[in-house]
Amino acid sequence: MADISLLEAITQALAYEMGVDPNIIVLGEDVAKNGGVFRATLGLLDKFGSERVRDTPLAESMIAGISIGMATQGLKPVAEFQFMGFIYPALDQIINHAARIRNRTRGRLTCPVVFRAPYGCGIRAPEHHSESTEAMFAHTPGLRVVIPSSPARAYGLLLASIRDPDPVIFLEPSRLYRWSKQDVPDDGKALPLDVCFTLRVGTDVTLVAWGAMMKETLAAADALAKEGISAEVIDVATIKPLDIDTILASVEKTGRCVIIHEAPRTCGVGADISAQIAERGLMFLKAPVQRVTGFDTIVPYARLEKFYLPSEQQIIEAVNNVMEFA
Amino acid sequence: MEVIARFEVPYYQYLNEESAVVAPLPEFAKDPEQLLHLYRLMVLVRTFDAKAIALQRTGKLGTYPSTRGQEAVFVGMGNALAKTDIYVPYYRDIGTLLQRGVKLSEYLLYWGGDERGNVFSADKDDFPFSVPVGSQPLHAAGIATAFKIRHQKRAVLTVTGDGGSSEGDFYEALNVAGSWQLPVVFVVSNNQWAISVPRSAQTAAQTIAQKAIAAGFSGEQVDGNDVIAVRDRVAAALQKAREKNEPTLLELVCYRHHDHTTADDATRYEPQEIREIEWKKEPVARLRRYLENNKLWTEEQDKKCHEACAAEVEEAVTEYLNTPPQPLESIFDYLYARLPDIYAEQRETLLKKEVPAHG
Repeated sequence: MADISLLEAITQALAYEMGVDPNIIVLGEDVAKNGGVFRATLGLLDKFGSERVRDTPLAESMIAGISIGMATQGLKPVAEFQFMGFIYPALDQIINHAARIRNRTRGRLTCPVVFRAPYGCGIRAPEHHSESTEAMFAHTPGLRVVIPSSPARAYGLLLASIRDPDPVIFLEPSRLYRWSKQDVPDDGKALPLDVCFTLRVGTDVTLVAWGAMMKETLAAADALAKEGISAEVIDVATIKPLDIDTILASVEKTGRCVIIHEAPRTCGVGADISAQIAERGLMFLKAPVQRVTGFDTIVPYARLEKFYLPSEQQIIEAVNNVMEFA
Repeated sequence: MEVIARFEVPYYQYLNEESAVVAPLPEFAKDPEQLLHLYRLMVLVRTFDAKAIALQRTGKLGTYPSTRGQEAVFVGMGNALAKTDIYVPYYRDIGTLLQRGVKLSEYLLYWGGDERGNVFSADKDDFPFSVPVGSQPLHAAGIATAFKIRHQKRAVLTVTGDGGSSEGDFYEALNVAGSWQLPVVFVVSNNQWAISVPRSAQTAAQTIAQKAIAAGFSGEQVDGNDVIAVRDRVAAALQKAREKNEPTLLELVCYRHHDHTTADDATRYEPQEIREIEWKKEPVARLRRYLENNKLWTEEQDKKCHEACAAEVEEAVTEYLNTPPQPLESIFDYLYARLPDIYAEQRETLLKKEVPAHG
């Protein structure tokens, strides 16, 4: 079995599930013949035909709106937005309708749709191709927000998202699309939603991250180990609903917590995690919770974007700070 | 220079404002029973509407958007739909929904602030009210996509207002319906006002119907005060959708004979003389005159019809007022198929709150 990238794992999950569930419809801009701008839907048109793999006119609100209509009829649309920065025209449909149809009709109509989008910076793309605004969706009742950080989790979490009976915002870290490969059996086995994954067990400090920042976070944990600091690493994976219990249990053990995210600092998901630790785990803490995040700025264009991204060194410094505190 | 394309927008009317027949009547309109049925429905809608406004004025209903003057639009649409079609409403649609099985008491429940007003207990497939203006035509296009993918001979009917026709989603829905040849009928109930902004300020286009032309399909303007024309043109468009997967845009020209909602005061912006002129065209009296002129209806029958409608409305009001509020936990219980564990604590906090007094 050849190892596959995160991107190939997305394609593999889509192809697997389309093969077993005829109700799945893939739609979006350039998803059919072109296989998507990142090639995430490559080969699906040939396998499943143009009824089920549909190029749409170029209109994001339309993509979301017709997906909602289709979903209420028992279809399972998996809609692709070309980049997270282009989702915004669809926010009215996602927030006012997809997230609310079940509640509005007291369960009479439902909206099992997956809205996929590549997100995050670091791929030297133009403006609007570098957004990390997951907090916006995490703030919206009725949605799930899922972000994988490895090929295996991309496969298992996308399957779970498609099978979920409610709308899921599935954000794919474009910086990790082709970064590393691993063996991902095409066995149709989903991973659980709504839970964090503990990627590395440790005793001194809890590192909490998701998506593309897992790369720097795991590298920092490796480097810290060489200095004799044992970091527990948690991949949040489902941003909403947030599995705070796993994070709290870890912080109870380590007494220290550093939260890492690429999104801007203010009202980022890290703020909520930090608040919940303060509310429910203050007595576990040996040191203040630290956040290593993107700046409260527009993501700079390609030439400076690496200075926007939290670095491995910043994570190590934050850990050293909390270790020195107590 | 050469002309490479020409387009036409037809206008349909059967009964003019004096109730004279101005075009050969469609087949259904030759059956007196069918016309009497439409008339009774319009009287019921008007009676209900007046009662709903009165309920709001006396604190027994929330903000309510009147449908006064638009009875032919909604009654005609509802009458044209087949049971297997799907209707995607906006929010003045009682005339349509009551023909789909929605109870008057459910309609009141929605405007009384209860989500169960969208359950449509005897109408499982139609969409709920859509308050964000002009967003719902996309849902109709999505439903129509599902019908087409499954090769079902079903059509979708959706409606928005003249204001809604300025929304981007409206154009996006028309565009994809044309591009994908979807079995959907878009109706614009052009009641001349988007709250305080007149139709003339919405668009420089001569008609709203012509907006279909840019999307590659036909648009028609219809006298929305003529229930025969509405019923006929909507039925024809639905038939075309079911049989040929062809979308249509219908602009139903009518007038809003009330404030936008009970929270609005149209005297701030609407010239009274315009409403008086428009009232001469209103749909209920127009059909009644036609029926009376043709000896199909008498004053006595009309009196009895109004009494019967008033009684039906009273019964619905009683049912609405006697409906206890939903249990508190309903606030959480329809968010997700299964409420994630993390919300259990918030739900418990809610349940500890004092239960509000009835009503």
